[in-house]
Amino acid sequence: MSSHDEHDHDHPHEALTNSEEPAAAARVRALVDLLVEKGVVGRDDVRQRIDWLVSRSPSDGARLVARAWVDPEFRQRLLADTRAAAFELDLDPGPSPVVVALENTEAVHHMVVCTLCSCYPKALLGPPPDWYKDLPYRSRAVSEPRAVLEEFGVQLDDDVELRVVDSTADIRYLVLPRRPSGTERMTEEELAQLVTRDSMIGVATPVVPPTVRT
Amino acid sequence: MRVAARRHDGHHRTPAYLKGKHGTVTRVHSSFLNPETHAYGKDGLPEQPLYLVSFPQSNIWPEYGGGAADRLYVDVFEHWLEETE
Repeated sequence: MSSHDEHDHDHPHEALTNSEEPAAAARVRALVDLLVEKGVVGRDDVRQRIDWLVSRSPSDGARLVARAWVDPEFRQRLLADTRAAAFELDLDPGPSPVVVALENTEAVHHMVVCTLCSCYPKALLGPPPDWYKDLPYRSRAVSEPRAVLEEFGVQLDDDVELRVVDSTADIRYLVLPRRPSGTERMTEEELAQLVTRDSMIGVATPVVPPTVRT
Repeated sequence: MRVAARRHDGHHRTPAYLKGKHGTVTRVHSSFLNPETHAYGKDGLPEQPLYLVSFPQSNIWPEYGGGAADRLYVDVFEHWLEETE
């Protein structure tokens, strides 16, 4: 007889994790333990990488966008070589070798997804939102992107070409949204405040708060 | 070109929904380590050229309900692309 059979079953058995630890967290902890044990990474490497990731923010991407809105030559350089343009503003484009900016225009709207996992320009946008990593967005963004956009509050005209970009490999994509009308008198710093994370994923458009309309 | 329809049991970066579909190369990225070997602790060499390939949405989803000009852009490695006329 095992001890398992010797106690009353008036309580639920816990999963094979520490208390309330979610299964994914337990898996990550087990992976880290194993990688450390095998000498592939050190605990300090993991901590430093997490520190770096959570220190990143969409305000960096927003600075690129705002500069591109006020400086057409910078915009061209940003579209030609996004990584080099980030260095121009003393921004860290991250370890990924290639970041590509995609320009939205009156005729073309881009939105970004990673159907295979959750590839994302973390260095310039910070950690991705949970919905970006979840299956519904990852599957529907490619198969019914206009319905997804509507749920985010974006209504595209039928004659706008919608380009969904699936970042399956080594390239990280960042959307350069359109500058809203009514912002002609705003400074570059004020413009950067209008540029949201979602607008750089392509599921939102920058909107000018009524109080700052000129 | 056409995305190869072949099956691949290990890690690879070609989404199933694209296999066998016809598209157009719109941008040539540089070359990158081959994820199919690199993911298994090997060196990933030789590097494989990566392309941004564009597909009309109607080529991928026959029931697609959006705009006629809507397209999907996907990064695909060269060894998954087949030339067509």
